[in-house]
Amino acid sequence: MAAAVGRICGARLLKSYGVVGPQVAQLSTQSQGWSRNRKWILSTLGVMGGGVGALLFALEQSVQASGSEAHPPHQPWNHFGWYQSFDHASVRRGYEVYKQVCKACHSLQYIAFRNLVGVSHTEDEAKAEAAEVMVKDGPDEEGNFFERPGKLSDYLPSPYPNENAARAANNGAYPPDLSYIVSGRKGGEDYIFALLTGYVDAPAGVVLREGQNYNPYFPGGAISMAQVLYNEAAEFSDGTPATASQMAKDVATFLRWCSEPELDERRLMTIKAIGIFSMLAAVVYYMKRHKWSTMKSRKLAFKPVSKK
Amino acid sequence: MSLWTTLNRVIFKRTSTFVLAGVAGAFFFERTFEVGSVAIFETLNKGKLWKDIKHKYEQ
Ligand code: HEC
Repeated sequence: MAAAVGRICGARLLKSYGVVGPQVAQLSTQSQGWSRNRKWILSTLGVMGGGVGALLFALEQSVQASGSEAHPPHQPWNHFGWYQSFDHASVRRGYEVYKQVCKACHSLQYIAFRNLVGVSHTEDEAKAEAAEVMVKDGPDEEGNFFERPGKLSDYLPSPYPNENAARAANNGAYPPDLSYIVSGRKGGEDYIFALLTGYVDAPAGVVLREGQNYNPYFPGGAISMAQVLYNEAAEFSDGTPATASQMAKDVATFLRWCSEPELDERRLMTIKAIGIFSMLAAVVYYMKRHKWSTMKSRKLAFKPVSKK
Repeated sequence: MSLWTTLNRVIFKRTSTFVLAGVAGAFFFERTFEVGSVAIFETLNKGKLWKDIKHKYEQ
């Protein structure tokens, strides 16, 4: 890196200033500027870099405008912001919405019951949640598979045994696994919220097939998932009124936690990084002053060489 | 300045005490820094964290 910088900016910049001679030359107005070749290379690089950047930006923008779907509006999420952790009460309610509504069709196969401990549930509660489901295990001593109540280490059960069964039950559409859906969809939780609350009647001229519904936020508009969130569609254990938008907000927060369980940790990391780097910045500033002090307090004398 | 001179004489002059001072300094710095950062994080997010709501669900 340093070598490359040196080659481009002129090795003089990185040389040690031990001797006074070169330094005087450096500070004098006589020192040479960049050569023609170097100027040419640098300006070409600059123009090319800028051009490629502008092209990428333009392409991205044109792709955004090319679809017919509505773009989800930004919501003021509680966990947006440099230091903002998840609202864990909301994550817990979101789990309740998933369990009471979405679980009928969507799997959440990368989340285990143990993941809930210390996030939205106590250990005892998580054990109770796990014990509610039956898990296939085996083979036992006689070589048979058997069902047993779930344990903390089990993953959340899927509603269908495989994708074909899921399609067969949903008019050929596959309800995707929700574990990483927030990371996997443009717009993240804004999109989930808009999708869940955005169902409208199909505009004139739009033909929906059997089992399809119209949702302007879904690419193409025709989605095979019906509106599932109505007021009182689920029940919250903390007594929060279960309006459709409250449930959509909570389940989107929960799904964001599923996709990104390390978010709290990262917010803490931000605070630590700011702390450490400001200390390091102070050290670097002091070092710079220290190293330059000889240069700054140095006096230059110009002694013309008399012509003999 | 005399504190600095004493420090120099008593601790930094000998390699063994110098290393010891480094290790002990690192330990105490890490502890204060960690505890301080977590405290800032928890005040900024008061009421949102699991530790703030878990009392409702524990018997
Ligand atoms: C009756 C079954 C059913 C229920 C209940 C259900 N979904 Fe769906 N969901 C589907 C189907 C089917 C699809 C696939 C739609 C398609 O591809 O047209 C889908 C797709 C989705 C998608 C993906 C959309 C995309 O961009 O591809 C998300 C996100 C989603 N559902 C979230 C939820 C959430 C959150 C809940 C619970 C509040 C829920 N669903 C409840 C059947 C269901």
